[in-house]
Amino acid sequence: MATQVVMPQLGESVVEGKVSRWLKKEGDAVKQYEPILEVETDKVTTEVTAAAGGSLLKILVAEGLVVKAGTPLAVIGEAGEAVPAGAGLVPAQTGHAVAAPQMEAVGVGPGGTSGARISPVVAKIAAEHDIDVSQIRGTGEGGRVTKKDILAYVETKSHRKEELPPWEQPGTGDLFKPTEEVGAPVPVAPIAPASRPTLHALPSTALPGDELMPLSSIRRSIAEHMVKSKTVSPHVTTIFEVDMSRVFAHREANKAAFERDGARLTFTPYFVAASVAALKAYPQVNSSFTDEGLLIHKHINVGVAVSLGDEGLIVPIVKGAEGLSLLGLARAVNDLAERARKKELKPDDVVGSTFTITNHGISGSLFATPIINQPNVGILGVGAIQKRAVVINDAIAIRPMVYIGLTFDHRVLDGASGDWFVAKIKETLENW
Amino acid sequence: MLQARERIGDMLTKTTVDIPSELTPERLLEMYYKMLLSRRLDERMWVLHRQGKIAFHISGLGQEGAQVGAAFALKPGFDFIHPYYRDMALVLSLGVTPRELMLAVYGKKGEPSSGARQMPAHYGYRKLNIVSGSSPVATQAPQAAGIAFGELYKRKVGLVAAEAELPVTLTCLGEGSTSQGDFHEALTWAGVYKLPLIVMVENNLYAISVPINKQSAVTDVSERACAYGVTGVSADGNDFIASYIAAKAAVDRARSGGGTTLLEAKTYRPVPHSSDDDDRSYRTREEVEEWKKKDPILRAKELLMEEGLLSEKLSQEYDERVAAEVDDANRFAEEQPDPEVEWGMGPVYA
Amino acid sequence: MAEMTLIDAIRQAMDEELARDKRVFIVGEDVGPRGGVFRATMGLHAKYGGDRIVDSPLAELSIIAIGIGAALDGLHPICEIQFADFIHPAFNQIVNEAAKLYYRSGGTWNVPMTIRAPYGGGISGGLYHSQSLEALFAHVPGLKIVIPSNPHDAKGLLKSAIREPNPVLFFEPKKGYRLIKGDVPDGEYTVPIGPAQVTREGTDLSVFAYGMMHWYCLQAADEVAQEGISVEVVDLRTILPVDTKTILESVKKTSKALIVHEDTLTMGYGAEVAAVIAGEAFEYLDGPVVRLGGPDVPAVPFSHSLQDWFMPNPKKIADAIRKLARY
Repeated sequence: MATQVVMPQLGESVVEGKVSRWLKKEGDAVKQYEPILEVETDKVTTEVTAAAGGSLLKILVAEGLVVKAGTPLAVIGEAGEAVPAGAGLVPAQTGHAVAAPQMEAVGVGPGGTSGARISPVVAKIAAEHDIDVSQIRGTGEGGRVTKKDILAYVETKSHRKEELPPWEQPGTGDLFKPTEEVGAPVPVAPIAPASRPTLHALPSTALPGDELMPLSSIRRSIAEHMVKSKTVSPHVTTIFEVDMSRVFAHREANKAAFERDGARLTFTPYFVAASVAALKAYPQVNSSFTDEGLLIHKHINVGVAVSLGDEGLIVPIVKGAEGLSLLGLARAVNDLAERARKKELKPDDVVGSTFTITNHGISGSLFATPIINQPNVGILGVGAIQKRAVVINDAIAIRPMVYIGLTFDHRVLDGASGDWFVAKIKETLENW
Repeated sequence: MLQARERIGDMLTKTTVDIPSELTPERLLEMYYKMLLSRRLDERMWVLHRQGKIAFHISGLGQEGAQVGAAFALKPGFDFIHPYYRDMALVLSLGVTPRELMLAVYGKKGEPSSGARQMPAHYGYRKLNIVSGSSPVATQAPQAAGIAFGELYKRKVGLVAAEAELPVTLTCLGEGSTSQGDFHEALTWAGVYKLPLIVMVENNLYAISVPINKQSAVTDVSERACAYGVTGVSADGNDFIASYIAAKAAVDRARSGGGTTLLEAKTYRPVPHSSDDDDRSYRTREEVEEWKKKDPILRAKELLMEEGLLSEKLSQEYDERVAAEVDDANRFAEEQPDPEVEWGMGPVYA
Repeated sequence: MAEMTLIDAIRQAMDEELARDKRVFIVGEDVGPRGGVFRATMGLHAKYGGDRIVDSPLAELSIIAIGIGAALDGLHPICEIQFADFIHPAFNQIVNEAAKLYYRSGGTWNVPMTIRAPYGGGISGGLYHSQSLEALFAHVPGLKIVIPSNPHDAKGLLKSAIREPNPVLFFEPKKGYRLIKGDVPDGEYTVPIGPAQVTREGTDLSVFAYGMMHWYCLQAADEVAQEGISVEVVDLRTILPVDTKTILESVKKTSKALIVHEDTLTMGYGAEVAAVIAGEAFEYLDGPVVRLGGPDVPAVPFSHSLQDWFMPNPKKIADAIRKLARY
């Protein structure tokens, strides 16, 4: 006998939910109590289980559609059984779907300045970026500005905040380069192959067969900093668990809009924003310990640790985070991470943090006890976000949960004050 | 005997100086014009490099105050000068022309310093008594001492009448060069022989990327003077009048037998070391922006306007004249041919 | 005509030039009342005074650089470096400055300066009082290098060097300061910088040498003459610019060439002479071009036996001549 699977009432005030993912397809065998789809509301994400076993005869509501509680979602019955008529197929139009962003049509005009030959694509790009083509050095025939030239110009221009005079723009850094490269946009190919680094003499503690890997300067500097930090600050870690459902929902709802505004929305900006809220509420955490007293910093500069793989890690800083919206934070975080990986960070980017966040969950870690980034007094470690079964209102719900740990300097904070701070972060995230 | 040190003007304490009477309005405006001309020529050379038209440029931007002050204290064509590569404003004030400087950056035929054999900014003009310099820094200091020694020698042995006016020798270098042995040995001779010499250190706080606190344990270069028994003076190098006063005192001292002055012109280098340096890797934009507020030309303009010597109208006129000179020099140099190959072959021997 | 030692001839040259031209002065360590550690300037301070015979601070860089400055100012300084081994602090000023000023200023600034330095071993001076440096500096266009082997040439060449409008390195074979004696004509004369001199004519092979080695080569030539080997000996005298014409003429005549110097063998000056001969007299050669020099160790060791092992001497030269003659 066919049974229906309906959209559950997931909360007291929840009237509708979105079919976010079917876990089974039509024709699959299902067991009673086996989860067959995931539904989302703005408060919670949960799995819906089969009330009876059998075969999933028909899926009535497609992924992405939002339907009212009680709406039939699927029919389970015996394999081969006919689906009852009027099972309530939900037409696609009644659901909400997120529309794909419209691309703006780009006008193709003559553009450019008179005189030099300007090809149609160059004119188009020039118009798009409001560029005076005569400012660009052309490598094409007769000094013509080619498509490659203008794209390279756009690339460098986009890294500048405003148009700076040549003596305020940095050079390549090599004080001299081959004469052939004077004015050339692409460096001349090198002529010698890279040589293998030589091994140094082994230390006296070496065992037979050991190989010595020289330390890079970044490794050395990490080593020094970590030892110093542990020596200077008494480290204590307190760990909280946070329900990320609302953040998830917010992210889902907003990530497309953010993409349009040029910022890929990851979870990091949420943690930064929540930290900023907590740092505003508890300014003594946005400080540095000195013998003369606790130096409370005016601005909130959040360092976000970025892994450089085998090479180590670096902590670029989102400066003035207290004045940034979620969009601003998203942009800043993405820019810093990209430049960190491309090794384009400047001294300004890595000096002056007042608080640090490290996302150790990226590699699967659940919780950890990171080392304080001196001269901060706290560091927030964010673990892996995982769906877990949790008890809410004496019912088991499935929520995306994360462990966040604050490692703090016990010279400045105590257990209670440390916990209040993290509780504020938790509260901010859970009430997004 | 420990020499007392002097401080003429101070940017940090905002100490300014009175305008000496010999600096008439005409002279002051001439000094201003030369600073402005140097600045705009310099800026044009940066632009030319970014356009790929010249291979190399090393700038004196920001140091015009110290250099013009010193130049106007000297007798061009009589005194000797052994400058360094940032001394564009200095040599312009002594009689070198914008066209000649442009020939150097383009490396064109007819370039007077070296026939375009040397990189630009390696100034050498025999008729102006500007000695040809090289790239290894500080080598000019003991040679300048040698010239000063030679002039004293000529009078001691009667090659020149003892009462004939004594040319002084000015040599300039950066604070980084004061670490070289050449600097030390020059000052050793200067102290022992009381040479008619001015060693002007244009302390712009950076030797490429190395800041002064890694270069020297003493804050003021002039502090080192007492080690050699010469006079030490620190002047506000971004105040063209303070720089003039300090240089004039040093010139007078040298000419009258009072010996050598170690003149430290305190200034700043707001631009990268040279055309391909990336200064963002060793200092913050904030620092540079702070120093730009103390720019010598900005301050000179403010002062001259306060004194009623420079009006907006005149200032604009100067801007236009300078722009015309720069354009003329640029166009001229670009039109010149490259030197023929034979110019590379000699002259090797006199 | 008077017989005098090498050092006397050098002193006489300086004395005459000091008297002749007030632009000439001497600067160096201990050159004043002390008269120099080899007494090269003995008596000159008393005669010309401290303004013209200047005791410098212990700073070789500045001895040269002050000299350059004075030369730029139109004077003709004679800069003495106490031992050639101590010239290295001034290397930058010599190679980057003195040698290049004329070229880099397009011929508008020149440096009429003489740098004198005792060089060479055999005086129990060890590593730092025995070095030969002509090969290092011969590589630098813009310099001239002169090495006299006898009093007549020493006086004549030094006078030329002092008058020369270019920087000249005048290396004096210190072992021979008092050992080498010779006739020096009265009256004014100079020896031009450049031409080499054939000091012994021969037909079987040519030996090219300078300084102390030139003497040893003459002695070796005398010895092998008794065995019927006819050796032509050429005193190079000017190392830079070298007289290739005389060298090649000699090789074309004898068809065999041996170059002798006391400097270490590899990259010693003999390598240049050998290359010139091999490149330009190839068709005239009847045997390999041979060089005899010091062993390739950092410098001349002190102990008697070690020094003897290092230094070429008439016997070693004679053996080398025999071997080449037999080829």
